[in-house]
Amino acid sequence: MDISLQQVGYSYAKGTPFEKRALFEVNASIESGSYTAVIGHTGSGKSTLLLHLNGLLKPTEGVVRIGNVSITADTKAKELKEIRRNVGIVFQFPEHQLFEETVEKDIMFGPMNFGVPAEEARQRAHELIKLLGLPEDVAQKSPFDLSGGQMRRVAIAGVLAFKPSILILDEPTAGLDPRGRKEIMELFNKLHKEEGLTTILVTHSMEDAAMYADQVLVMHEGRSVIVGTPEEVFADAERLKSFRLGLPRSVAFQRDFEKLIGRPLGRLALTEGQLASSIAAALKEEGER
Amino acid sequence: MLEKMIFGRYVPGNSFVHRLDPRSKLLFIFLFIIAVFLANNTMTYGLLLAFTLLVIFISRIRLYFLFNGLKPILFLIVFTLLMHFLFTKEGAVLLDLKIFKIYEEGVRQGIFISIRFLVLVLMTTVLTLTTSPISITDGMETLLNPLKRVKLPVHELALMMSIALRFIPTLMDETDKILKAQLARGSDLTSGTIKERIRAVVPLLVPLFVSAFKRAEDLAIAMEVRGYRGGEGRTRYRQLNWQGRDTLVIIIFIVLVAALFWLRGGS
Amino acid sequence: MKEILSLDHVSYTYESEDGESRKAIDDVSFTVWDGEWIAIVGHNGSGKSTLAKMMIGLLFPEEGSVNVFLEKLDAENIWDIRSRIGIVFQNPDNQFVGSTVQDDVAFALENNGVPFEQMVPRVHESLAQVNMAGFLDHEPHHLSGGQKQRVAIAGALAMQPKLLILDEATSMLDPQGRDEVIKVVDDLKRTTGLTVISITHDLEEVLLADKVIVMNDGKLMLTGKPEEIFAHGEELEAIGLDLPFASRLSRYLRQAGVEIQGEHTTEEELVNELWTSHFNK
Repeated sequence: MDISLQQVGYSYAKGTPFEKRALFEVNASIESGSYTAVIGHTGSGKSTLLLHLNGLLKPTEGVVRIGNVSITADTKAKELKEIRRNVGIVFQFPEHQLFEETVEKDIMFGPMNFGVPAEEARQRAHELIKLLGLPEDVAQKSPFDLSGGQMRRVAIAGVLAFKPSILILDEPTAGLDPRGRKEIMELFNKLHKEEGLTTILVTHSMEDAAMYADQVLVMHEGRSVIVGTPEEVFADAERLKSFRLGLPRSVAFQRDFEKLIGRPLGRLALTEGQLASSIAAALKEEGER
Repeated sequence: MLEKMIFGRYVPGNSFVHRLDPRSKLLFIFLFIIAVFLANNTMTYGLLLAFTLLVIFISRIRLYFLFNGLKPILFLIVFTLLMHFLFTKEGAVLLDLKIFKIYEEGVRQGIFISIRFLVLVLMTTVLTLTTSPISITDGMETLLNPLKRVKLPVHELALMMSIALRFIPTLMDETDKILKAQLARGSDLTSGTIKERIRAVVPLLVPLFVSAFKRAEDLAIAMEVRGYRGGEGRTRYRQLNWQGRDTLVIIIFIVLVAALFWLRGGS
Repeated sequence: MKEILSLDHVSYTYESEDGESRKAIDDVSFTVWDGEWIAIVGHNGSGKSTLAKMMIGLLFPEEGSVNVFLEKLDAENIWDIRSRIGIVFQNPDNQFVGSTVQDDVAFALENNGVPFEQMVPRVHESLAQVNMAGFLDHEPHHLSGGQKQRVAIAGALAMQPKLLILDEATSMLDPQGRDEVIKVVDDLKRTTGLTVISITHDLEEVLLADKVIVMNDGKLMLTGKPEEIFAHGEELEAIGLDLPFASRLSRYLRQAGVEIQGEHTTEEELVNELWTSHFNK
């Protein structure tokens, strides 16, 4: 499902003395099956933006188009539920949304709301428990008896359970330890590829944006200021700096290394492996000289 | 809608009223509420209304802002007024509209009760608009201090109140987040039968309670490691400062009561 | 050198609800000296938070002893010792007690009966130390996470502690907030010689430490300077910990056939190493 935003604007508490503008003329298009990273410092509007992608907020100006449904300021609440069936959001600290008596029931909550029969929902819950690397016996336990990392996985399963074709991830690894972070990010990447999902990752990690995304959208003070491939976006350090953003570590290291050898390395290294092979190649050339 | 409502809200400022000690304001309001019931004729109700408007003027709250924010309550007052017009059947007939008659006593009583209500609402709103919730809590704690002798846990009550006030915005944010997360999972709070709607609140309330308990637990630990052991032996960072203007407020009150007694019709 | 805190053969067992008991801390001993910055790392559930709770007397060890300022921590001296330790926890919202910034900073002072005349200057000084002097009357919900954590540090500093414990204090912050907090603590350590124990996943914090303690399954697994610890790259990754960027890149470079001498934990060191071993011959 393609997503497009055209001149999207949003104000909180519109029409009152407390009105606060959060988005201005945001334009972006996200192709079906792509992986888009949204980056920007805190308060740049990225969280407000993602709430528009499944109708939790309606734009006060402009149009959000998801598949062939358009959301404008006048869209009715009923139509929004249809959109939500296709768009899953994993919010920051998603374990805060757990509420059922058992893990199984909590995972079934989403699919049942969207009309999936109970048996099928239960089966999905069990598949997801396995997929997310949770122990089998967790299904009948209370989600509140699990460890923090396990609760996070159950909450993620609760979103995946209604099989959204668009998956929005808002800092899905915040607060996890390094191993948990890596496992979760790899899992989303695998799902993205295997299920052909359209993935949108809101993140503070330039490394994650560089490693996983095909497209990067930079938000700053409520505006979409850059849209491009990771190579394009991270090539311009000065511009990113003006939006209070840094470079992924591998790119920053590449720049330092280029200063050392006095010439550019060619392509931008988005991962540590790429960087190591570029450096190795460059050192070999230098040695041959 | 709720954003416009100002009843119970605090707006920082620097007027004479803002700078008063919360104790003198609380004491004044408390006594004023009693004194309002002394009024029983045009002169005394007129005096109360004029006095209230004067206080609003001194506190530099814009009348438009005040009345706009109190609209729902003003509606209630107008409603009371109309009820009196329609249903009190005493005194001479003022207006005969065939379908119903408006009596003199109805108009009189309606207006008086409306003024009483209006004056009380305006005065308490001025109090909350000009005094931060934490100052009100401090003022209450000091004023109620003598009640410690009868084993009223004044310090604990005040602390509870200030923590509750501090966490209201946090929990409001939390509610909003959980609501959004459940809506995204297809939860629907706006349609269905009453039973369905009540069930739909569970996914909202359970996480909210879980998180509130977690917060309470964390907060208790944070307080303990920072040396909190109850009110005993504690000093206070917020000092209340009774000044000349606060004594003046009390004198003004005495003068007001004296005037009310003097203008009051014998009955 | 003066001893600030020591753990002497400490063990602790948690009883879970279904009756299983799990050793959260298993025979751990170490000493923290005056002016040191110690980082305690380990994956979630490795026992590092239990350690923090013991240092501040929220839990007492079943075996062994926790000594703070050369006194064995017990129910008698706990309040006195707590008044000389500052601790900042993970969740910025759940430790903000006061209704404004200055009320929160004053909270420990009030509890410890500090007279009003001394409170005012101490509140102002502590807030200046964490670069929050302009926020006296701000309410918590108008502050960012990083600002709230800095207020929490100021609240600890107001008591003029000898020891500051950061119990995953940066793990819920965005990168900007994390940098603010780390910078403040780093400055404090350099200007005042404060002893810092930071329990963390964050590698920036680990690299700033003088000494690192690695916990795994309740046991002390490794201890040493950051560069010594990160020389055990594979062991660390095996227990779910991360390595600094420079260490990871070194490994990839070696795999790609680049010769690198020694262990380098910062990018700067690694670039210098590449320079000296490949160009400066």
